[in-house]
Amino acid sequence: MILVTFISVLMIGGIMAWVAASWSNLASRWISLITLLIDFILAISIWMNNASTPWIEKFYAPWIPNFGINFSLALDGLSLLMLLLTFFLGILGVLISWNEIQYRVGFFHFNLLWVLAGISGVFLTMDLFLFYFFWEVMLIPMYFLIGIWGHENKRYAAFKFFIFTQASGLLMLLAILGLYFVHKNNSGVGTFDYFQLLGTQMSLSTSRWLMFGFLAAFIVKLPVVPFHTWLPDAHSQAPTAGSLILAGLLLKTGAYGLIRFVLPLFPEASAEFAPWAMLLGVVGILYGASLSFAQTDLKRLIAYTSVSHMGFVILGVFAFNSLAMQGAVMQMITHGITSGALFAIAGILYERIHTRDINAMGGFWVKAPFMGVTTLIFVLASLGLPVLGNFIAEFLTLIGSWQANQTLTILATTGIVAATAYSLRIMQKVFLGKTLNEKTMTDLSLREKLVFVPLIAAIIWLGLFPQKVLNTTKPMIDKSFKTEQTTLNQKDNGIQ
Amino acid sequence: MEFSNINIIDVLPGLFLVVASVLAMISIAIKRNHIFIFVVTSTSLMGVFLFLILYASNHEFNVEPLFVIDGFGTFVTGLIVMSALAVSLLSYAYFEQREERKEEYYILLLLATLGSDILVISKHFVSLFLGLEILSISLYAMVAYLRKRNKSDEAGLKYLILAAFSSAFLLFGMALVYSASGSMDFTGIAKYVSANPTLPLPMFAGMCLMVVGIGFKLGVVPFHMWAPDVYEGAPAPVAAFIASISKGGMVVLLVRFFDTINGFQYPVLVLAFACIAVASMIAGNVLAIQQTNVKRILAYSSIAHMGYILVAFLAGGELGEEAVSFYLVAYFLTNIGAFGVVAILSDQDRDAERLEDYQGLFWRHPKIAAVFTAMLLSLAGIPLTAGFLGKFYLITSGVHAQLWWLVIVLVASSVIGLYYYIRIIAMMFEKAEGSDELALHPRLYLINLITLLVLCALIIYYGIYPQGLIEQIHNFLQ
Repeated sequence: MILVTFISVLMIGGIMAWVAASWSNLASRWISLITLLIDFILAISIWMNNASTPWIEKFYAPWIPNFGINFSLALDGLSLLMLLLTFFLGILGVLISWNEIQYRVGFFHFNLLWVLAGISGVFLTMDLFLFYFFWEVMLIPMYFLIGIWGHENKRYAAFKFFIFTQASGLLMLLAILGLYFVHKNNSGVGTFDYFQLLGTQMSLSTSRWLMFGFLAAFIVKLPVVPFHTWLPDAHSQAPTAGSLILAGLLLKTGAYGLIRFVLPLFPEASAEFAPWAMLLGVVGILYGASLSFAQTDLKRLIAYTSVSHMGFVILGVFAFNSLAMQGAVMQMITHGITSGALFAIAGILYERIHTRDINAMGGFWVKAPFMGVTTLIFVLASLGLPVLGNFIAEFLTLIGSWQANQTLTILATTGIVAATAYSLRIMQKVFLGKTLNEKTMTDLSLREKLVFVPLIAAIIWLGLFPQKVLNTTKPMIDKSFKTEQTTLNQKDNGIQ
Repeated sequence: MEFSNINIIDVLPGLFLVVASVLAMISIAIKRNHIFIFVVTSTSLMGVFLFLILYASNHEFNVEPLFVIDGFGTFVTGLIVMSALAVSLLSYAYFEQREERKEEYYILLLLATLGSDILVISKHFVSLFLGLEILSISLYAMVAYLRKRNKSDEAGLKYLILAAFSSAFLLFGMALVYSASGSMDFTGIAKYVSANPTLPLPMFAGMCLMVVGIGFKLGVVPFHMWAPDVYEGAPAPVAAFIASISKGGMVVLLVRFFDTINGFQYPVLVLAFACIAVASMIAGNVLAIQQTNVKRILAYSSIAHMGYILVAFLAGGELGEEAVSFYLVAYFLTNIGAFGVVAILSDQDRDAERLEDYQGLFWRHPKIAAVFTAMLLSLAGIPLTAGFLGKFYLITSGVHAQLWWLVIVLVASSVIGLYYYIRIIAMMFEKAEGSDELALHPRLYLINLITLLVLCALIIYYGIYPQGLIEQIHNFLQ
């Protein structure tokens, strides 16, 4: 039941925030904040009491029985971590837009909370139809967030975002339906239930086609080069909270989908595709890094770093071992925090000097030392400095992928070098050098500090004590590899 | 013909409609009063609908040789009557603001509804043609109802000429089919067809001509040219009627005809319909992108939607029929809602058809804009709306019948379709500009608003909890 609470609290809170705005904008902000805090505390309490069982919590209710569609939710370590990240970043998203958003405040918070509700749904659902449902539910509010509160080129960016994700989502729907009918023909039972669909027997070519349907949606969302072109536009045009959620959470839904659906449902086909996926990952790492280095728009720059970092995720996921998988999950979390923080900094800078052009910035350290230190921490995190969380993530990923493919791992490692270049460039261009634009520059306010301190604490904690996180995902990852091995073995035996 | 064994309950809905139109006529003869005739029309439609809810059953009953009253027909009759009710509720405020004589409109509305109802239950060429003509002739007048507007006249004339042409095609086709098979009864034709696995030439020619006639009514490519002009010129509630009820009746007839004669055994016909479906989906969506007139956008979108429905029609079988039924419900509700929004925002001078009329609507009339957003999202097939489940149903039936190409075209073209739906939505959310000379000043009537809100609520309800509707369709189709 608590799983339904997670989602419904957000949805109800969203409506309340919208209604409340007709009296007072402040009320709307507080309602959103409290809503998210409730969810966050709930999630934390589950995490604290978490046993090491693979499935912590399940909820099930029939929805459209004629098609075997159920309202089925389940929580395991991976979902739990993703939920924690969702609520954490959600809180920061509300705080960061406290002053930034003054236009249609109620509707803004409604959209914000409903995006988060959609994302939570995606992380929780164990019914493929419901999954598609939530996948789409998170689209519309995000479209509005970009399209209404975005920057100068918002309409173009919002359209592009919407059409890319919708088109790829529909391919996934086709694949879901294909899987449904394959399973129905095999067993006579039509169902969208994830647990029942696991281990559906099908020919390799069918499974390949269906896998590509799923991959389409996830790869666009992740994004993997060459399907990334929506990302720089959407990220740079969205309002700060929008960018934070896009980079921190929406991209993660793609990675989550790979781990939850593609690998377990199509073990053979994805094993076959793995080298190519890893190659795409490495291409993404290097391509994203080099493009990032060339940007002058701060938000676009950060957006391309996301492309690069997400390359590690796909590399880790398709390396097919638990170390790399752990790394990928870790990367999802740490990247959520770092890129969220960097986008928040870009947003704060924009609020002060009304530009995102890094050539118009420089020497801010003098006026805003606290902001400088904060940025430095996240820039260092982004380049993978030990002590900070991203290091753990990339390290685990690379160790794992080394076992799978050494050439690609070496190439991926050079990506970290490139990361150093583009990350330090942010620091150098914005905070060091000749002082520009200094009149309007002020240091972080108390509210802004309140945003960044938890982020800093989280990223350092993840860097020093990653074990708690690793333990949380371990049962789920171990289990998935075990079942995958057995299904693969079974099929091998069958052939012999 | 023998009428002695007619089950009175089964034919009552049709009779009710006849009586209602006569009543409406008499009431005009006694005294012209807009409210009165509106109340007569709406209550009689409501009465028929309630009657169907209470007494409708799914058993099959033949009125030889013309009609078959079965679950499918009854279900769609209910849908048609309910939609006609919604259209009439939306019409009152629309025509109240206009200077022309308003009362005759309601007679035409009732007659057109009757025509569509006859189409839905006919199983004979004669009843088919009668129904079609009752429907079409009422529509000629309805389209051109606002005589003082040039566009309305033009649309009426265009519709008259083209519809008459298409009826001629249909008639000639039916004659050829009759000459080959010696029967005008669907079952009689079916017997002939089952004895002839290859399509003889007169039959083939007849079928092709009939496809032209039917295709025109459905407004599918390449017989779609009239649709945008007529939608643009017709009064908004009439456009809603054409988009939903008139097309829906024809869809059902098509399904019934092909189902009975088992037309799918001829690959030529399947191919023809597949081509029509693909062309409609692609052309409808692509052409809609370039439009700046909301009514024209909706016209092209309905061309595309007919293409989608044809996918389920081609998929056939039980699932296909269910999908068609579900989709019709979603499509009717959505289209009437969308045109209802156009109607409610129109004023005396012109309809709210320019894209700019919707700029900033969300901040001026949040309720109406919310309704329109829901309608457009439903047309686009986004979750939480009935349109999504409808599309899901269509795709499911297509995948089930392994019509991969059609399904892929459906998916690809609906992505194109997203663009123009979203464009209207984006327009509504933009900041409103200063007062424009062309700005509309509609008088808002509560009755319209309530109708729209109910339609919107239904769309969202069926989008979230479709089980009730699905079960009902199941019951009726068994």
